[in-house]
Amino acid sequence: MSLSNMSHDAKPMKLLDGGILATAAIDAFKKLNPRELARNPVIFVTEVVAALVTLLWAKDLANGSGTPVFSGQIAAWLWFTVLFATFAEAIAEGRGKAQAASLRATRSDAEAKLLTDGTAKGYPGKAWKTISALNLKVGDIVLVEPGDLIPSDGEIIEGVASVNESAITGESAPVIREAGGDRSAVTGGTTVLSDWIKVRITAAPGSTFIDRMIALVEGAERQKTPNELALSVLLAGLTLIFLIAVVTLYGLAEYSNTALSVVVLVALLVTLIPTTIGGLLSAIGIAGMDRLIRFNVLATSGRAVEAAGDVDTLLLDKTGTITFGNRMASEFIPVEGVTPRSLAETVLMSSLADQTPEGRSIVALARSEYGLIEPDLTGKQAEIIPFAAQTRMSGIDVDGRSIRKGAVDQVLRFVGLESASAPSDFRASVDRISRSGGTPLAVAENGRLMGLIHLKDVVKPGIKERFAALRAMGIKTVMITGDNPLTAAAIATEAGVDDFLAEATPEDKLRFIRKEQTGGRLVAMCGDGTNDAPALAQADVGVAMQTGTQAAREAGNMVDLDSDPTKLIEIVEIGKQLLMTRGSLTTFSIANDVAKYFAILPALFIVTYPELGALNVMHLASPQSAILSAVIFNALIIIALIPLALRGVRYRPVGAAALLGRNLAIYGVGGLIVPFIGIKAIDLLVAALHLV
Amino acid sequence: MTLNGWLQIILVLGLVLVSVRPLGLYMARVFEGQKTFLSPVLSPLEHGFYVLAGVKPDKEQGWLSYTLAMIVFSLAGFASLYAILRLQAYLPWNPQGFDNLPPDLAFNTAISFLTNTNWQAYSGETTMSNGSAMLGLTVHNFLSAATGIALALAVTRAFARASASTLGNFWVDVTRATLYVLLPISILLALVFVFTGSPQTLLGSVDATTLEGAKQTIALGPVASEEAIKQFGTNGGGFFNTNSAHPFENASALANYLQIWSMIVLSTALLITFGKMVGSERQGWALVSVVGVFVIVGIGAVYAAEAWGNPILNALGVDPTLGNMEGKEIRFGEAMTAMFAVVTTGLSCGAVNAMHDSLMPLGGMVTLFMIQLGEVLPGGVGSGLYGLIVFAILAVFIAGLMVGRTPEFLGKKIEAREIKLAMLAVLILPLSMLSFSAVAAVLPSVVATLGNAGPHGLTEILYAYSSATGNNGSAFAGLNANTPWWNTTLAIAMVLGRFAYVVPVMAIAGSIVTKKRASASAGTFPTDRSLFVGLLVGVILIVGGLQFFPALALGPIVEHVLMLSSKTF
Repeated sequence: MSLSNMSHDAKPMKLLDGGILATAAIDAFKKLNPRELARNPVIFVTEVVAALVTLLWAKDLANGSGTPVFSGQIAAWLWFTVLFATFAEAIAEGRGKAQAASLRATRSDAEAKLLTDGTAKGYPGKAWKTISALNLKVGDIVLVEPGDLIPSDGEIIEGVASVNESAITGESAPVIREAGGDRSAVTGGTTVLSDWIKVRITAAPGSTFIDRMIALVEGAERQKTPNELALSVLLAGLTLIFLIAVVTLYGLAEYSNTALSVVVLVALLVTLIPTTIGGLLSAIGIAGMDRLIRFNVLATSGRAVEAAGDVDTLLLDKTGTITFGNRMASEFIPVEGVTPRSLAETVLMSSLADQTPEGRSIVALARSEYGLIEPDLTGKQAEIIPFAAQTRMSGIDVDGRSIRKGAVDQVLRFVGLESASAPSDFRASVDRISRSGGTPLAVAENGRLMGLIHLKDVVKPGIKERFAALRAMGIKTVMITGDNPLTAAAIATEAGVDDFLAEATPEDKLRFIRKEQTGGRLVAMCGDGTNDAPALAQADVGVAMQTGTQAAREAGNMVDLDSDPTKLIEIVEIGKQLLMTRGSLTTFSIANDVAKYFAILPALFIVTYPELGALNVMHLASPQSAILSAVIFNALIIIALIPLALRGVRYRPVGAAALLGRNLAIYGVGGLIVPFIGIKAIDLLVAALHLV
Repeated sequence: MTLNGWLQIILVLGLVLVSVRPLGLYMARVFEGQKTFLSPVLSPLEHGFYVLAGVKPDKEQGWLSYTLAMIVFSLAGFASLYAILRLQAYLPWNPQGFDNLPPDLAFNTAISFLTNTNWQAYSGETTMSNGSAMLGLTVHNFLSAATGIALALAVTRAFARASASTLGNFWVDVTRATLYVLLPISILLALVFVFTGSPQTLLGSVDATTLEGAKQTIALGPVASEEAIKQFGTNGGGFFNTNSAHPFENASALANYLQIWSMIVLSTALLITFGKMVGSERQGWALVSVVGVFVIVGIGAVYAAEAWGNPILNALGVDPTLGNMEGKEIRFGEAMTAMFAVVTTGLSCGAVNAMHDSLMPLGGMVTLFMIQLGEVLPGGVGSGLYGLIVFAILAVFIAGLMVGRTPEFLGKKIEAREIKLAMLAVLILPLSMLSFSAVAAVLPSVVATLGNAGPHGLTEILYAYSSATGNNGSAFAGLNANTPWWNTTLAIAMVLGRFAYVVPVMAIAGSIVTKKRASASAGTFPTDRSLFVGLLVGVILIVGGLQFFPALALGPIVEHVLMLSSKTF
């Protein structure tokens, strides 16, 4: 990951792609099957009444009675309402299906080299037979050689190989997989590029990682998530309430000497029940999963995505997530009598040939802070002293200068000093650096102690701002590190995390998660090692790294294919976005009802009570055009909101109250106003075209 | 509208506001079983009752056994009250020698007092003996209110406790509500009402000779004591047919202030009790604010509609400065009539000091709408609180979604089960109010009982079923309700409004109490701020009100626009 790229971009994908649209249009009709639609009460009711109005229209046509032009158009727009809803779902599914198709390509007709004697050590030569990957059983041991597709998920029991995992991750750079340790898991469908490995199969055919991925992106295993279920219940309840209101209106109208036709009552019903959110609900859910997938994160269930939005505590590993993981030079501290510039010049010389990250960071600091340029060593008698575990020093001998840098005690011994007899300012600096969690490197030239290099674990730029954003979201960040508490505290302060867990063992992590959960908080964490597995399983949202072990990947409820721990933050945002989109469209849908009342009610009673025309604030052309316009608006708004449903309402890391205020203003107040404008515009068109 | 009118409204609201906190905190102490200044006297009495009844006060009940206890208690109450009414001719304290009530009227009345509705299909002074009034009706004025308080406490404890299974003990809650809250304040109130001029006697009636020499029978009885609990327990069943418009029930302007104060104070104070018991008094005040918004806007609307007067009469030369005085008592005036009307309908009290039938169409609509919103503003004693919590659950559900978190209220996650039960409860209101009205409106025999034709008649029907379902009990009047059809269907509406509503609510409490309490963070939507108040107001208006808009359009709204073009009914 580059320095500047702290937040991640989703893999670009056109929101609406021509091919997907065409397939979705066909699927929309297939989804009209009432048995399938019954899962969605609002749209199911719409379909039932659409069928009813169609029958009445046919009766009108046959008998030459009633107003077939009007009822026919109402029937048509009711069917459009249903179709737009199924179309929205089909589009959302279509995008997943397109991704599944490319995954499926990697799986077809793979062959496996099943070892005849799995227990024998060493390269087996030709002691294997070819079988179809579909016939592999759990526990079989196969040989995979360069150019072979790994036939199924498994664990390397012998060998090391470079593997191209682009089929899953989209990343073409090969990764190293080897027996033992945290990098022993391999995934079916990836390709071995070099060397050979023996793999013990851990997944039965049809339940491999890629299979599960396909099922997930296709939405085949989609079940309603808890929150979606609760919202469905609310929508079904509202539908029932409005059903009562409309059915009873018949009796109340009868009392008022108005005979209401079934067609207009149906029109009123369909415009009042929350068809907008009802029609888009499943599309929103599918699109939420899809957004995760485009961030290269796979969730094993929609439940996990929703839980992500609720996370209160985020456990982040220090190394690789908060810091770069390698120490870098941050300052040069000369001893008394040495100028900073001459120290910088000395350390630059000492590190010229040092190709370790630390060495390179020293050169970089000398250049950037002191404007030094690297001296040209060509043609000079230079002897490079590489770092050795015994001496714990490195350096260079050139032009009669003998420069050494290394561990403080070693360098002191090199210049012939006892720790106690070192200059006091030097000792104070060593203490200060150690306390702050850094590593001091001493520098000496020709037997003279020159000063110190402060190496520290550098916090990634921009991470502090991200933690501040998380805090605004109400999420507590906790840094997990193996460092001692002193070092951990220093880095925690610098990175701006809320808390830290120092010298953390896997048991500590588990205990910490349980403690947070007992306090009623939801915990998310990421991990890759086998020893992370219990904590990943305990966490409410456990994100396993794709590079991690099979145990970790099984324990988590999400897998990050890019193995980038900072992505937890985006996962949380996607979870929140999912809920926000549902909530905002529900509010919008219900707020729309006010305008629809003003359109339809005066139209219904214009004959008996012409005075009720006072409610016709939109001045709609005629009663029939008013009713038709409301029904058309109700159908078209579904289509208009499909892009929003797929993209999701944007999440902003501000406090909950501010966020609610904003969404209420846009979707609540907007939901009140928009239909007044929309219905009026449609009415003008209906009147101009003489549709009724 | 006059400054004087508004000053009176502000005075009474101010009195309520200063009283709710002490009363609310006192109740929190009582129901948490702590000592209060009345404990030395009442505690022995309280425990005496437990010993007599074989109740173990420390043994708590889960939601189901709590609810069953409430239902058994109500059934027993129904049976005894029905028997008293059917046998009153043979029972003591019947100085006027009133006959037994017919079966349908006794059924309707027993249900009515049991459900804290106090719909009265009869004229009290010509139907009920003093014995029936005291042993039957007044007893239930206490017990139905105490039952409401008990249910509200069970719901409160569901939020106050975490990972628990019990909600308290129904028998203990009913006993404490009666002994520590309802009785002492009712005794005080009764004395004050006697002071303002209400009779308190066991005499049946006195005969007076009018100036013209005619003989007039003036009904008397234990009015002041019945009046006290009628108001304080949001019962509303008057001693006299004209209820609080009668000078013996509501003698003076001072008595009227006290009547309004005493009917709204307990329901509002319970909101503070709720806040205190769930550990956030602010939460209680947020709910009080929601109620305040509706009550103040409602009063303003009714007051404005009445002060504006009737344009048809104004055109005929009636002094427009008086506004619409039809059906109002001169000694109360428009401001105090508007306030009484809004408070009594927002409350499910049902006492009236003016006939709502005679309000202007829009004024009458406000009172009808306050009932249809579910009687949560602040609603009946106890029932208002749990009704408000149902709406709060729906409000935080929408709000939670909009801020991207699984919704929670007071740290309890709101999930599919709670939403299902909340919708089930909310559904009862349109089901009963609208379905009965729609059927009644097309039955010629029912339409014949209406006092007025056209939209006004429809409003009378809507009001009757809304009032019964909301357990309000006030009548729009104008219809003859003492017929088998009305007595039976209204009784069913009252049962639905009370029991079909509260069972799902108790199931919600049973589910909530078992949940862990999630800790609040910056990502949690705060439910004790003005934004929540606004949101809850919106949800009550939309979920509670939107379904009634067509019915209102055909009733008061169309009546209003017709009146503007000089048509009357």
